[in-house]
Amino acid sequence: MKKLMLGNEAVARGLFESGCKVVSSYPGTPSTEITEYASKYDEIYCEWAPNEKVAAEVAIGAAIGGARSFCGMKHVGLNVAADPLFTASYTGVNAGLIIGVADDPGMHSSQNEQDSRNYAIAAKLPMLEPADSKECMDYIEKAYQLSEEYDTPVLFRLCTRVSHSQSLVDTKERIEPELKEYKKDIAKYVMMPAMAKRKHPVVEARQEKLAALAETTELNQVMMGDTKIGIIAAGISYQYAREVFGEHASYLKLGLINPLPTKLIRDFAAKVDQLYVIEELDDIIETHCQKIGVKVIGKEIFSKIGEFSQKIVAETMGIPEKEHFTLDETIPMRPPVMCAGCPHRGMFYVLSKLKLTVFGDIGCYTLGAQAPLAAIDTTVCMGASVSGLHGFNEARPDSAKNSVCVIGDSTFIHSGVTGLINIAYNQGISTVIILDNSITGMTGHQQNPTTGYTIKGDPTAAVDLEALCHAVGIPRVRVVDPHDLAEAEKTVREEIAVDQPSVIIARRPCALLKYVKHNPPLKVNRDKCKSCKACLKVGCPAISFKDGKAVIDETQCVGCSLCKQMCKFGCIE
Amino acid sequence: MKKSYHVMIVGVGGQGSLLASRLLGNVFMQLGYDVKVSEVHGMSQRGGSVVTYVKAGEQVFSPTVEPGEADLILSFEQLEGARWISYLKKDGTMIVNTQKIDPMPVITGAAVYPDNLIEKCKALGAKVIDVDALSLAEEAGSAKATNVVLMGVLASHMDVAEEIWQKALEECVPPKFLEMNRKAFALGKAQ
Repeated sequence: MKKLMLGNEAVARGLFESGCKVVSSYPGTPSTEITEYASKYDEIYCEWAPNEKVAAEVAIGAAIGGARSFCGMKHVGLNVAADPLFTASYTGVNAGLIIGVADDPGMHSSQNEQDSRNYAIAAKLPMLEPADSKECMDYIEKAYQLSEEYDTPVLFRLCTRVSHSQSLVDTKERIEPELKEYKKDIAKYVMMPAMAKRKHPVVEARQEKLAALAETTELNQVMMGDTKIGIIAAGISYQYAREVFGEHASYLKLGLINPLPTKLIRDFAAKVDQLYVIEELDDIIETHCQKIGVKVIGKEIFSKIGEFSQKIVAETMGIPEKEHFTLDETIPMRPPVMCAGCPHRGMFYVLSKLKLTVFGDIGCYTLGAQAPLAAIDTTVCMGASVSGLHGFNEARPDSAKNSVCVIGDSTFIHSGVTGLINIAYNQGISTVIILDNSITGMTGHQQNPTTGYTIKGDPTAAVDLEALCHAVGIPRVRVVDPHDLAEAEKTVREEIAVDQPSVIIARRPCALLKYVKHNPPLKVNRDKCKSCKACLKVGCPAISFKDGKAVIDETQCVGCSLCKQMCKFGCIE
Repeated sequence: MKKSYHVMIVGVGGQGSLLASRLLGNVFMQLGYDVKVSEVHGMSQRGGSVVTYVKAGEQVFSPTVEPGEADLILSFEQLEGARWISYLKKDGTMIVNTQKIDPMPVITGAAVYPDNLIEKCKALGAKVIDVDALSLAEEAGSAKATNVVLMGVLASHMDVAEEIWQKALEECVPPKFLEMNRKAFALGKAQ
């Protein structure tokens, strides 16, 4: 049946149709929906793991156990999962194993724009890259075949524009492979030095076999048009090139992007006058071409930075911009903001007011770095707030009384708890604030080990954050409602003052959760408003100034009362 | 039937542009086009400037639309309409909701929300249709149906049979909100 499907949904459909039995992932834009859609199929066991390393290991275990399995993550998640990845390359699989990784060129929702193809090269693994939803679905089937035939995990590279674009697919029935027999085989699965030494040559030989496959596989396609321009591209870059040049160029479209073909490229190069490599981010294909002595134009004209588009491809290759309207007006930026009623806002107001140094982390609350709250000093990666704060305070002991870190509930479980153990173990006195909004928010509301529900919505054990913090050696653990500004401020002041490590759990569920009851919208009594703008200091998108007085947008306001607490004249009712 | 459509749906994260783009994608699929819909998820969703692209044709390659290419732009907010006006084809049409939502730099006083944006866009020679979709949505039963009101307005500028729109609504809108959205769509289409 023909359906319009999101790339990520098509990956999930491909998993279903190929008989995948186990999926374990950690959410991360733009990869999250793969696992959400997979969880809708009862035939697939699906879970959110606490982090990508755990997820990858679960999928590896399931593949060794004989079931086709999958693990999905965003590009930076692969850094976390890199440890099992590199050695799973040595052990190989039993049933097929696919590691899905979604890159984010242009950083729509990410802290860097690393190119995951480097991991495929470094871990010596095959990598496939689809260019639309149909290929997302078809390539999953191919990836499982490759994985089982070549006894290897397969990396499956996506990017934001493929993951988050819908296009047409044809669905079919699921095949139901038998669970493969599991046989104890320590030479294959126990990677201690003696075994690993015998495995490395196997990995190298596998790469050679895969390189030979790259010459002939239907994943790599030559499409001849006008031969003045030849273009080598994969994934979304191929779509941009094809949009610009149509039949006025010839294409080598790569679906298997590691290892890369040699003869296929040389033969293609011989048929065209001028050969271009169009690839976002790093010069992976171009470097390969140089290595095999094929002259191409690539990064000497194309950028290594950001996301491409057909406009960028066209302009870079000398095609003038289309005629268009130009409005001579300064249009203010509209950066993303914390929602009206966001439970993080109150705590950030307090931290900003107290002028503390704040080590931040990855989540919606990273938005607390922006004006007017401007409360965050650093954001590096998942978990780095807790460990980074400890390092900062060891380097500058006086700063411990003037600094905190903030980390969400899901991020704390992901990799914050190890940093907290480090603080307790190494006699630090830092103050850690867990912004517990009872959900993984930024990626669109996924359950996590603190929420008490599984990915399927079934009730389960919930991590007791207070008990966990006590158990790792933190003597002072306080819980505060971040919508009570006075109490939140008092608690922060007390905890940064003490010579002990402490944890403050700022607990209030995300305002967008369906079960959260909203209060009626607040109103500004314009007669009483003194235009002091104190209410604007909380940076709520629902409150602004019109004709010199505060005004609240009723369609956005959820009655959280932060602005009311800010108003000294009682004019917000 | 038109050979191809390049449509953009622009607005503020949370205004329901995803549903609108999916509705339109569904309509194009029913008409037998190849379709691509490029969406925005994640951080930029949270109250930020959001743009989705819906493209239909014999074969669609890139899922995105570039300046000067859009046949239709549906803007959920004035400032966002002005932000993307350069993407409109010279003979294209922009439908803009007259609602204004201050972005944070305007709230904090770091920037100014420009006046008379719709008039300024019209003065460029662009075909701009302004509509108070928020009021119509409230009339239909909920401010949240602003997106579907605007789809109704869009429908009145496209030569597509009513039953195709209705089928798209049935397939894309949760059943409990269907009646209200049908009403919102009709109010938009009557504009």
